[in-house]
Amino acid sequence: MPAGTRLLIELGAIVFALGILGRAARLIGLSPIPLYLLAGLAFGKGGLLPLTTSEEFLSEGAEIGVILLLLLLGLEYSAGELITNLRRHAAAGALNLLLNMTPGVALGLLLGWSPVAALAMGGVTYAASSGIAAKLLSDLGRLGNRETPVVLSLLVLEDLSMAVYLPILTALLAGAGLLGGSLALLIAAAAMGIVLLIALRFGRVINRLVFSPDDEVLLLRVFGLALLVAGLAEQLKVSAAVGAFLIGIALSGRVAEDARNLLSPLRDLFAAVFFVFFGLRTDPSAIPPVLAAAALLALVTAITKVATGWWAAQRAGIGRLGRVRAGTVIVARGEFNIVIAGLAGAAEPRIGPLAAAYVLIMAVGGPVITRFAEPVAARLFKLAGWRSRAAAVAVSPPPGDTEKR
Amino acid sequence: MRDREARNQEATSGIEVEEVALPGIGLRHDFQTRHGRRVGVVSHLTGKRELLVYGIEDPDSCSEVVRLDTDESDTLAELLGAPRIVEKLATMREQVPELQVEELSIRSGSPFVGRTLGDTEARSRTGASVVAVLRNDRMIASPSPDFRFESGDVVVVVGTREGIEGVAKILGG
Repeated sequence: MPAGTRLLIELGAIVFALGILGRAARLIGLSPIPLYLLAGLAFGKGGLLPLTTSEEFLSEGAEIGVILLLLLLGLEYSAGELITNLRRHAAAGALNLLLNMTPGVALGLLLGWSPVAALAMGGVTYAASSGIAAKLLSDLGRLGNRETPVVLSLLVLEDLSMAVYLPILTALLAGAGLLGGSLALLIAAAAMGIVLLIALRFGRVINRLVFSPDDEVLLLRVFGLALLVAGLAEQLKVSAAVGAFLIGIALSGRVAEDARNLLSPLRDLFAAVFFVFFGLRTDPSAIPPVLAAAALLALVTAITKVATGWWAAQRAGIGRLGRVRAGTVIVARGEFNIVIAGLAGAAEPRIGPLAAAYVLIMAVGGPVITRFAEPVAARLFKLAGWRSRAAAVAVSPPPGDTEKR
Repeated sequence: MRDREARNQEATSGIEVEEVALPGIGLRHDFQTRHGRRVGVVSHLTGKRELLVYGIEDPDSCSEVVRLDTDESDTLAELLGAPRIVEKLATMREQVPELQVEELSIRSGSPFVGRTLGDTEARSRTGASVVAVLRNDRMIASPSPDFRFESGDVVVVVGTREGIEGVAKILGG
């Protein structure tokens, strides 16, 4: 069989299998990410069905997947929103960073990794999965809840901090050393500042330049622009992902809305390819030895995330049950944790299996925790004799009020 | 209990409505009723709406969430708002005597059957505005410029005497 034909058959089989897995994940209310990772493990070397020809193609697709993940993330937010959130929630954001990055860094150092690899592991434990959290908030009917703005602000700040973290990590991983790292940070900070300024001042002009009522033209323009800027950012050693993120932020309004709808299916396809590729490059036999470490890390970072959410919600004046909801909904880790581990894979081969095991646990366990935490906590609080706020105020319903509880 | 991120706005009724931005999702508006319940709406960027009723035991969470597509939320708004518009018009008419409300019907010979409200340019040409359309005993409040007239529609117009006569002339052809 010619290589081209073989490629088509392999790719078709992979994508079709992902479709079945995605459907299965929806049915049991899971994020599809852990299943994609497992599929990648099965297709990789030493797995159940090793691939022969499509690995190179998947590698390119995975790179596009990362760019699209970050581009769509940037499109979600406007520059104004990012700045307001940074102003209001800087303290909670800083606590989040400190509490959730430290366990990863500490474990990396304990395992005898280089400081750079430990920093990457810190990134793996730091960010919550905004994709899983957003889905949970919507599925569990919590979008209107009063703790939800706090949760969303934490997620926004995490995403914003990625724009600072990724360039530093990329530079350090490239062996640029402290000086090179600082230089990359300066370039990234300057680029970030310029993009925010341009987006705030000339947002309309940019959007008018990019906008087209024709879906096809808009898709090609935005996607092309993102790839171009990502490539240029990579050339400047600032990380392609950050370039794509900045383009997403610079675009707003109608353009962002239309581009989001147009690019989402493309993102879903290439992001799935990315997760499979990550699993593909991870040796399945390397996972069982790190399982205990991953489970311990999962336990610790689940607690630190809950603590972060609890504290941030308490600061916003939310009651105890709301604090539990805010803390547990951000426990799940997913897409960006794998992105970071993927970046560091070449420098520290042991990060891949550990990150894969960790994200498998967290992406499956996080949603389960937040579903069951609320009823369990309600019962515990009652046992502890803590009354809910409404009961404490003792509101008697006014006459004529016949609503159900 | 106020959210730190809330901006308070006063609705035309005088009730204070809280507005909270939900980054990446949209906006949430809510207020407290006189009976002590909190109700609100999440407006998604996609146009979908969620109707919220907050809990009594845990006032931070919603005891009921109803998801509404665009047409469904329009229907609900119509049910809640339509009688109010008529009431308001009545008080307006009392307060501003020179302001008139008139119902004009679209006859089958009207040049605007099958054309949109925007096409009439009624407001810019006469100063009077179309505030509602009655169709098959249903009221369509505040029709948008892309609203398409059908023969038999009754158009509710607010304006000065001359303004309303102007609209009648445009619609009559």
